[in-house]
Amino acid sequence: MLAKRIVPCLDVREGKVVKGVQFRNHEIVGDIVPLAARYAEEGADELVFYDITASAHDRVIDKSWVSRVAEQIDIPFCVAGGIKTIEQAREKLAFGADKISINSPALTDPSLISRLQDEFGRQCIVIGIDSYYDAATDSYKVKQFTGDEAATKDTQWYAQDWVEEVQKRGCGEIVLNVMNQDGVRGGYDIKQLSMIRAICDVPLIASGGAGTMEHFKEVFEQAKVDAALAASVFHKGIIDIGELKQYLHANHIAIRL
Amino acid sequence: MTQESVSSINANDLTVIIDTGCANLSSVRFAFERLKANVVVSADFDVIRSAARVVLPGVGTAGAAMDALKQKNLIELIKSLTQPVMGVCLGMQMLANLSNEHGGRSEQDITCLGLVPTDIGDLDSKGLPLPHMGWNQIEVSDHPLFSGIENGSYVYFVHSYRAPISEYTLASSTYGESFSAAIGKDNFFGVQFHPEKSAKVGAQILQNFLQMGLNMGTSQ
Repeated sequence: MLAKRIVPCLDVREGKVVKGVQFRNHEIVGDIVPLAARYAEEGADELVFYDITASAHDRVIDKSWVSRVAEQIDIPFCVAGGIKTIEQAREKLAFGADKISINSPALTDPSLISRLQDEFGRQCIVIGIDSYYDAATDSYKVKQFTGDEAATKDTQWYAQDWVEEVQKRGCGEIVLNVMNQDGVRGGYDIKQLSMIRAICDVPLIASGGAGTMEHFKEVFEQAKVDAALAASVFHKGIIDIGELKQYLHANHIAIRL
Repeated sequence: MTQESVSSINANDLTVIIDTGCANLSSVRFAFERLKANVVVSADFDVIRSAARVVLPGVGTAGAAMDALKQKNLIELIKSLTQPVMGVCLGMQMLANLSNEHGGRSEQDITCLGLVPTDIGDLDSKGLPLPHMGWNQIEVSDHPLFSGIENGSYVYFVHSYRAPISEYTLASSTYGESFSAAIGKDNFFGVQFHPEKSAKVGAQILQNFLQMGLNMGTSQ
């Protein structure tokens, strides 16, 4: 049976892993390669690295750490941040990334998704979506350039419409990050994730809000996502990945132990 | 059967990863390097022929990958190899007769290497999300590639096409339907999953592959 994936996310800035609260006030939590190796050893099923400044500041991520991670860890990993061209994507994959994740550049030019798919196949094209709950209109909307508070802006897209669009254009997986929940550790947005799951035919990764082991159980059971991504609970040692997987297994969720 | 020979690297004990020009060759190379194997990436005929064992990697579409082999004149060379040859992911699919993964290039099925008589088709996930992406369990045969691997072990898959279950199935998995997680015939075999990304289970499978070449070398 296909296992549900536990995916630690390492936000990267200046070659260090950082974590902020609701995308702000980033603090350094450690070096990239040792943290990646530790998570792999503890049982992480996959890793995601986001260069949170790359999109916002029009920079491409420093590539050297990508191959250092690929050399040392034996689980899949995805690299995100400022990839705007086929050549930039090819470079990340050549350095050993299994997948590349596109967020802001896909909103600027949606045709990038289909061009990447034609070149590399949909299996390595992940689309990251930052959505937030807009209480005024009772709807979920997509934001762009979320790596930098000053650069962050609203888009024309409702989350559902953008999810449909990126699938049509050929993405292989979607990471849905709910910004209201990010870093607050109050639980995943089950309501929105369930709604998106119903219209998502590719693997769906939940992101934003994990605070307890119960939150992981809920998001797998209720929103039927394929994977759950979290950062601060792992970086700060609030949840141990090995214990989390034992807990989920004991609750009859398909898990690789 | 001991693992003693692993620690002593023999200069002749060369593992060659065929340089198909596909994007993620380095992941496979790194995995062998973690096992201290003597490994090179090459499209050179003499280097490939001299190998104790050969890896055929691949990502992308079957059509693009076969075009790359054609451009490098590697098709007849690969078919002529007598040492163990292991395809990984799309590399496994290329060992088959045909693939219906057109990649939008044409409506024609893609002619593959024809080394394992089976045809690659769409994975019928029965409504589950595609691609089949993530860690899934395998049921293994007694093929030496799976020595020491227990049924139910998890390995990492990423694919939307599959080899059906057949007499050439060496391991199976289920996602909607049951399909071949590994196929093989004679010295040619392949795995649909990514052993280089499958943690300890994958490392054991790669280690088994390194042993197979050694066994063959000593028996000649």
